[in-house]
Order: sequence, then C-alpha cells, then structure tokens
Amino acid sequence: MRREIPLLITGIVGVGFVIQYFIPHAPFSYMSDWFSDWFSIIGACAIVLGALNLMKISIQKVISRKKDWGYAAVIIASFLLIVIIGMVEGKDFRVPGTNFDWLYRYMYIPLSATMFAILAFFVASASYRAFRARNFEATLLLIAAFFVMMGRVPVGDIITGFMPEGWRLSNLASWVMNYPQAAGQRAIMIGIGLGIVSTSLRVILGIERSHIGGGE
Amino acid sequence: MKTIGLFRFLPALTSFSIAFFIIFSPALKAQAPDDSLSTTSPDALAVSIAPPTSLVVFDYKYDDGEALELTWVPSVDDLPVVGKVTGYELYRSDNGGEFYKITELIPGSNNFRDEDLSTGVNYVYYIVALSADARAASVKTEAIQTHREWLNFNLKYLFLIALIISASVIYFIETARRGKKLFVRKIAGLEAVDDAIGQATEMGRSILFIPGINDMDEVQTLAAITILGRVSRVVADYDTKIHMPVSRSLVMTAARETIKASYMAAGRPDAYSDDMVHYVTDEQFGYVAAVDAIMVREKPATIFLLGSFFAESLILAETGNSVGAIQIAGTARPAQLPFFIAACDFTLIGEELFAASAYLSGEPKQLGSLKGQDVGKALAMLVILIAVILATISEIRPLETVRYVLDFLIQVFTIKT
Repeated sequence: MRREIPLLITGIVGVGFVIQYFIPHAPFSYMSDWFSDWFSIIGACAIVLGALNLMKISIQKVISRKKDWGYAAVIIASFLLIVIIGMVEGKDFRVPGTNFDWLYRYMYIPLSATMFAILAFFVASASYRAFRARNFEATLLLIAAFFVMMGRVPVGDIITGFMPEGWRLSNLASWVMNYPQAAGQRAIMIGIGLGIVSTSLRVILGIERSHIGGGE
Repeated sequence: MKTIGLFRFLPALTSFSIAFFIIFSPALKAQAPDDSLSTTSPDALAVSIAPPTSLVVFDYKYDDGEALELTWVPSVDDLPVVGKVTGYELYRSDNGGEFYKITELIPGSNNFRDEDLSTGVNYVYYIVALSADARAASVKTEAIQTHREWLNFNLKYLFLIALIISASVIYFIETARRGKKLFVRKIAGLEAVDDAIGQATEMGRSILFIPGINDMDEVQTLAAITILGRVSRVVADYDTKIHMPVSRSLVMTAARETIKASYMAAGRPDAYSDDMVHYVTDEQFGYVAAVDAIMVREKPATIFLLGSFFAESLILAETGNSVGAIQIAGTARPAQLPFFIAACDFTLIGEELFAASAYLSGEPKQLGSLKGQDVGKALAMLVILIAVILATISEIRPLETVRYVLDFLIQVFTIKT
C-alpha cells in the first residue's frame, strides 16, 4: 500500500489536470488555482523543515568541531540575527528604514550581486574553452560567435560600412540569430515538449516509479 | 495497484473524452454579436469630437463565464491625420446600477476584453472618446450576461495532437511489454553515469547531485528526482558517498524518500542517512555560494547538474570544472544549454533529460515510451517539411489552394487560449 496509494493519487490527479485544461467550466476551471494554493501552503509549511534541517546540520558541525565548522557557526549566527530582527520588528519588517531592510539592502543584496558578478569571469573562461578551434564544429561555432558578437556592437557596422546594407555585420548577426539559431532552438523545444508528454504519461500510468523507489 | 490496472482505464478514459466532445458540442454556440448591438444613448456629454461608433459586446467564447469582448469603430477624430483623440474611457453598469469607469485606453484602440466578470449579472457598456477639451460618448450597449462553456473548442487541434502522441507512446509501451525489441540510440551522457559513479568510488570521493533551483511543481525537477532514483541505486550498490544540497524544502523531502527507497531496494537501509540531502536556502545566489563552497572544500569526483537552472548554471559548472570533477549536466532550458556544453563533460540536451530515467532503467516498457516520442518527432518533421514546401510555392506562385492549406496548418498549430 505504501506505493499503491501515491501511484493512485498521481494517476487520478494527473488525468484530472489533463482534462481540466480542455474544460473551462467550474469546478475544472478552479482546479489549477486550488492545487497551486495547496502547493504554496505545503511549501510554506515545508520551509520550517528546511530551516530546521539547516540549523540541525550546522549545530551538529559546530558541536562536533567538524572540518570547517567556523562556516557553520557563521550560518547559525546569520540565521538567528535575521530571524530575531525580523520578529522584533513585527509585520512591518519590510518597510524601508527598518533594521531588517538595512540588512537586506546593505548585506544581502551586495552579497548576492557579488556572486552574480562572478559569472562575468566564468563566461570568459568557458568561452575560451568552447571557442578553441579543435575540430570542424568548434571552428564553425567560433566563426558564428565572432560574427554575432561583432554584429552586436557599433564597431561591427563601422568596419563593414562600405558593404551593401544586407551584408553588414549587424545584418549577418541578425540572420544567424533569426534563422539557424532560432531553428535549432525550436527543434530542442519540440523535443522537450515531447519529452514532457512522455515523462508525464509514464508517471501518470505508474510505469515510472523511480521517484518512489522503483520496483513493481 | 499494478501498472496494467491503469492501462485498463485508458481506453475508457479516451472514449469518455471523445464522447464528451460529441455530446456537448451543440451547447457550444457562441452568442451572436447582433443580439447586443448598441441602441440607446447615454447622458448628454460634450460632442465637439465625434464619438466612437458601432460598440458591440459579445460573450467571450469557451470560458467559465468570466469575460465579455467589446469592439467598436474609433472616433473619426482618432485618425492619425486628425489626431484630436487623446484616449478612451470605458464605462460599465452592473445589473442596472451606476456606470463606472473600468479602464482607460490609448488612441486607436478598437477592442477590449473585460475579464473577472460573474455569471447572472446584466452588464451594459458605453465608451467615451477624449480630447484635450471635449468628451464624446458612444451609445450604450444592450444588457448582456456571460455564459459558461463546457469545452474549450479553441483547443480541439491540441487535443487531437496530444491524443495521437499519447496513443503512440502507449502503443509502443504495450509493444515493448509484449517482448518486441526496440532500438534506442545511445546517449553518451547516460552511458557515462555508471563509470562516473565508479570513478568516485575508486577515488574515495563523494558524488554531488544538484537538482536545479526550482520546486517539485517543475517537471525538470521531477525528471531530476527520477534520475536520482537510478543514480542512488548504483551509489548504494557501490557504497559511495552521495551529497545533495537543495534549495527547496519539498525537494529535500522528495529526494530523501527517493534515496532511502533506493538504499532499501539495494538491501542496505543501514547505510542511508538523512544528512545525505540537506536544505541550504531558497535564495538563488545564496544557494550558489553554498554549493560552490561544497565543491571547493569536498572536491567531489562526480557532479550531476540535472534540472532547472538559470544564471547559476555556468557558475556551478565552471566551479565543478575547476575542481576536476566529471560533470554530467542536463536541462530543458535552451538558454542554459550552451553553458553546460562548454563547462561539463556530458550534457543531456532537452528531451534527453526526460529520457534519462527510462534509458537508465533499461526496462522495455519504459524504453517503449521513448519510441513513442519518435512518432511525435516524425509528425513534427513531416508538418514542418510540408509547411516549408507550401510556403515556398506560395511565395513563388500564389495559389489559392496552397494558401488555404498553409493557413489551415498555421491554424492547427497555433494555440488560442
């Protein structure tokens, strides 16, 4: 029964969701909102589990002085600081000017932006590897990327300004993006759509069971 | 419940859906716009500009009685050469009550969909053209009510396509179940899974599994969790250490259940620990910082990046690359695929992510579902080919029949909501 009941619920809800997409009449029209609301409620309750788990693992690490336990201590201190300040400030904790808002604006946002900024360096290192002309495909990629990058900046059109309108780098870049790139991306999207249908059918029909441990 | 039990329901379900369409189709009559032609005049208003005319309201078809459509002919002073009209205001009265403004519209507007309405209420409208110094109102519409529909006939072609693809998937699952051998092309990224886990075992290092940053309502996360089921089974057999930091509490719960079930299936429930999966944070870059730190400190031998990723894809993949791990990535977000291809050893492109669990299981009935997908692909290729040929012919020599067929194909593959 431990497997049968989840499979039965999945099958019924899955078929119900397929049907509701084609029926605009109540109660089918409310199904999506109901389930979305329930998902949010369950998710909100589950965040407590997540937070408790984070604290449990961090406290265990500090108590047993495991390797790098100092980072765990920082997690605990930060967690307690933000939770206590948020609770002390009550329901207006997000109003500009509060201590919580200060922490958010001047600690969280800069830290987040710093992580995002690292992306610029990683793009450079990954591009260097991807664009090395090792074989025919990589060379093709390099040439296409060169034209697209040059076509996206003003200097591209300055260099090719003497050429007819349609042959300038900006037009060439647009052509690469609008035709070969769009065609390839749509082919991937069609495959993804079919993959989702197939996966959903396997889950709804109970053929795919690995998420509940597999087996018959 | 056995899988076969659900199969038995399927023909009945399909028949029921078709019967549903046939039975309720007579009820799908759209209300004639003529019933609601404007006839009466609103209270006196300034008329130094011409008012909008022919204001028509009709029920929006195929909805739950929540919307009305309005169309009108803009004021003649709204023409670009005249340019007197600065905008429009649309007014509504509910059940004979006071008129009140429901929206403002820009010059040149000639239609509006009024949504979030209720059934059983009489709605009357009029529209006012505005200029710098004058207002001119149209005549009022007749009272109209919204109507609920049972079927969305705008989606009839989508329903048929979904039926064909679903039927082909089920047909091939049944064919495989009867024992017929089906050819499935090799997917390099999935062929490497066992080797990657084996290498981690030999090196005595851990495996890091990142299921993306979306929740369990994302099909890619579900696909990642199904692959986790297969991976953790091999991990349990090899007695390797798996580490899975997650950014959603529900994913943590689902992943724990999946790994626990795999360890039990492998006959090693004692080796399972809840700490294999742990929650970090819902915040995107907070999660990235934590996972990057885990990669740098633990130096895992194998990293799986499977699921839904956004800007963090390259940060994670490049950090994994820098610690020398074998990386197997997969996502159905086309914008992130180039990053994974550049930074990872193997990348599951789009549909391969969804095929992975079936492929790794090696079960005929699961592989059959992959074969069913191919029918959908063949159909898509055929339609694209026909449409390209027809569009080319239509450009070279405009023929009415060719244009008609092309328009029909466009209509079939355009989803109207």
